[in-house]
Amino acid sequence: VTEGPLPVEGAGKVEGPPTGGGPEASLASRLALAQKAGGVVVPLLTTVLAFLIGGLVVLATTGKNPFTTYKAIFEGAGFNWFFQVGSYELRIPFTHAHIPFPWNTNDFDSIAAVNLQQTLIFWVPLVFTGLAVAFAFRCGMFNIGGQGQYLVGSIMGLWVGSSLPQLPGFLHIVAAILAGAVAGAAWAGIAGLLKALVGAHEVISTIMLNWIAVWVGVFLFGLGGPLQNDTQEFVPVSNDVLDESKLKVFWGDPLLQGLHVGFFVAIAALVVYWITLNRTTLGYEVRAVGYNPEAARYGGISVARNYFLAMAIAGMFAGLAGAIDIVGWQYRINTNDVLTSSIGFVGIAVALLGRNTAFGVMLAGLLFAGLVTGTSTRNLDPEIFRPELASNLTLLIQGLVVLFVGADVLILSLLGLRKRRRRRAAVEAG
Amino acid sequence: MIERLLARLPRGARAVAWVGILVGLLAFWVALPPVQIRQPIVPILIGVVGIGLGIGALSRGVRRLAWGAVVIGILGIALGYLATRSSVDHLDEVVVWSALTAAMLRYATPLAFAAMGGIFCERSGVVNIGLEGMMLSGAFFGILGADKLDSWALGLLCAALAGAGFALIHAFFSIHLRADQIVGGFAINFLALGITGYLFIDIYGGEGTPPNIPNIPDVHLGFLKDWYFIGPVLGQLNLMIWLAALTILATWVVMFKTPIGLRIRAVGEHPRAADTVGISVYKIRYASVVLSGVLAALGGAYLSIGFLNSFNQNMTAGRGYIALAAVIFGNWRPWGAAAAALLFGFSSALAQRLPAYSESAAVLFQALPYVLTLIAVAGVIGRSIPPAAVGRPYKKQ
Repeated sequence: VTEGPLPVEGAGKVEGPPTGGGPEASLASRLALAQKAGGVVVPLLTTVLAFLIGGLVVLATTGKNPFTTYKAIFEGAGFNWFFQVGSYELRIPFTHAHIPFPWNTNDFDSIAAVNLQQTLIFWVPLVFTGLAVAFAFRCGMFNIGGQGQYLVGSIMGLWVGSSLPQLPGFLHIVAAILAGAVAGAAWAGIAGLLKALVGAHEVISTIMLNWIAVWVGVFLFGLGGPLQNDTQEFVPVSNDVLDESKLKVFWGDPLLQGLHVGFFVAIAALVVYWITLNRTTLGYEVRAVGYNPEAARYGGISVARNYFLAMAIAGMFAGLAGAIDIVGWQYRINTNDVLTSSIGFVGIAVALLGRNTAFGVMLAGLLFAGLVTGTSTRNLDPEIFRPELASNLTLLIQGLVVLFVGADVLILSLLGLRKRRRRRAAVEAG
Repeated sequence: MIERLLARLPRGARAVAWVGILVGLLAFWVALPPVQIRQPIVPILIGVVGIGLGIGALSRGVRRLAWGAVVIGILGIALGYLATRSSVDHLDEVVVWSALTAAMLRYATPLAFAAMGGIFCERSGVVNIGLEGMMLSGAFFGILGADKLDSWALGLLCAALAGAGFALIHAFFSIHLRADQIVGGFAINFLALGITGYLFIDIYGGEGTPPNIPNIPDVHLGFLKDWYFIGPVLGQLNLMIWLAALTILATWVVMFKTPIGLRIRAVGEHPRAADTVGISVYKIRYASVVLSGVLAALGGAYLSIGFLNSFNQNMTAGRGYIALAAVIFGNWRPWGAAAAALLFGFSSALAQRLPAYSESAAVLFQALPYVLTLIAVAGVIGRSIPPAAVGRPYKKQ
């Protein structure tokens, strides 16, 4: 008696021997299977399907040509930059040397370059929050708390970055980012600890931690709050981070939000994620627990320890996102940001679409960063499509992607069914 | 009936612990209006009695309740002492019991609707993270229907249909396609946010919803007007608040007193066994999920056409998650969840009045539901035990 593919247990605390039937496949093992079987086909199909439906919505509600709309979003995201090939020069960062380069990096004569910078600025936190969800996934947990971990990371990063004026510049940046990472790890660690010790379901505890972080943020930066601005008494905003703790901008105009060096930290994080999962004992244990906690326990792996560690590391990624956003380009937090930010939630879509692999997270992050940037009021041409509408279109597409990715079984079984039918037909034909 | 109720009252050491809890609460209460004793020694003495009762029960083997009495006694002393130190003006401004209670009912209503939906859904074995999205869809389509069809009743109908629609998507993906239910519910939230935001901008543009939309009426109970406390609280409540009370009652009756409820619970506890005795697992689950969408949407519609009389993008702002918290906090039981919704509603009502003391810190009360639920799932106060098969797709053999 098997109960089919069984995902992660539901709400509340379910952490015991399986109640019925054969060995239970965990969420991670199911995803791993899907990954092997579907490869990149399922995510691609998912994306195409989501964009198709989004296009139909555009056509049905506004009568505008979906392709023109998508093209405008594409250009708003600056992706057309890659197609504007010519012979240009690239200044090697932090020097005055120039080398030939096929793309125009000078944002005075390339709007695409400016837009692409925006997209990449947004790509950085999406990679981190995507990894935060993906790492927990690999351990068989669903980390919905990326948003809360991101928030506490940015709060701590801001607190360190805007105080301690005697600290020298480089150390200050490192301290602010580390503070964010530690805060995120601690925040997620609460959920990990609860799961490890009493079996509290991580989905519930991370949802609760998200909202606690939101209200703590509103309290801290709201009027009269402890971290509210020292000079503007009636604005619910924090102090700015000090100038020496701002990250260096290596592409674009620092005054107009250029791309900061956090970009390289994000790339490094992708590499670290891959190495940790695939080339270390920790990663081996995490994946083993994710595939089958019972088998891992039998094999001498401490399941509780790995639940806690995986959650803490996941939270560290999300906390890094928050701190790097603060010292990279936001420099301050107002209560409205705290209430409306959704980077952690988009991170879930990124991880799901990216199939929890480093490479997948990188690409899915680029897709969603482009969507969000391309539909922003700043970047989308209002003549073609209203940005307020388009930003909701983005949410719609994100929802569809998550919905379809969740139903990978459907897509896989459809593929499998067709193959089987074809095989049967071939057999019958002789 | 009365004898049966009396038989269920706690006895012995448990009763002592309960009295201790009540005495602990009394310690705080005497320091508040209308009694408002100003001598700090009074709440301290009462609190000590409460703690003593708790310790007494503890020595006779009652663990959790007795610790609860001790903690509440300590809290009662601390809060009671603070209240005696605080200025009379502030106390009178913040603690107006009738207004607080009425506000609590208003805030609790959307939570109660969605929580009852959550109970149906989760009791049948389907996790519903998507309550938030279903609520939001109800809020938008409720006001849209009321505006375009010029009737609040038709608005409610539209809301219910929209909630049912979203729930149907969730049901199809989690029951038929056996997709991960948490991912599916999460997708519903994204979808609802996108669809309602898109249509809101498309239809109403920058101006927002017009002010003259027909609203759900209040129920005026004139004969209650002169009754102490009850008059100001119950005399003029929105129709939806009474409907919420009815819904809670109906949920309890259906879930625990009818064969349908037994089937729902069976499907959520052990679908294979239910299937074996001829219950259609799929049908029960579909019906439960759709019903949860309808109820959550009605809660959302109360927000837009009963309470605030307007719509904003993402106006539910996490209330669906609080409803989910109420379901867990209330241990997947209607009365428990309703009590949790009231408690969470009370913390919202307090948060609105506390700025008299500190503008910034009052906001922290908004986090109270989440903190309490976190403590509840941690197993510190009672264990929350979900339906055994919740979150697991069922595959027919």
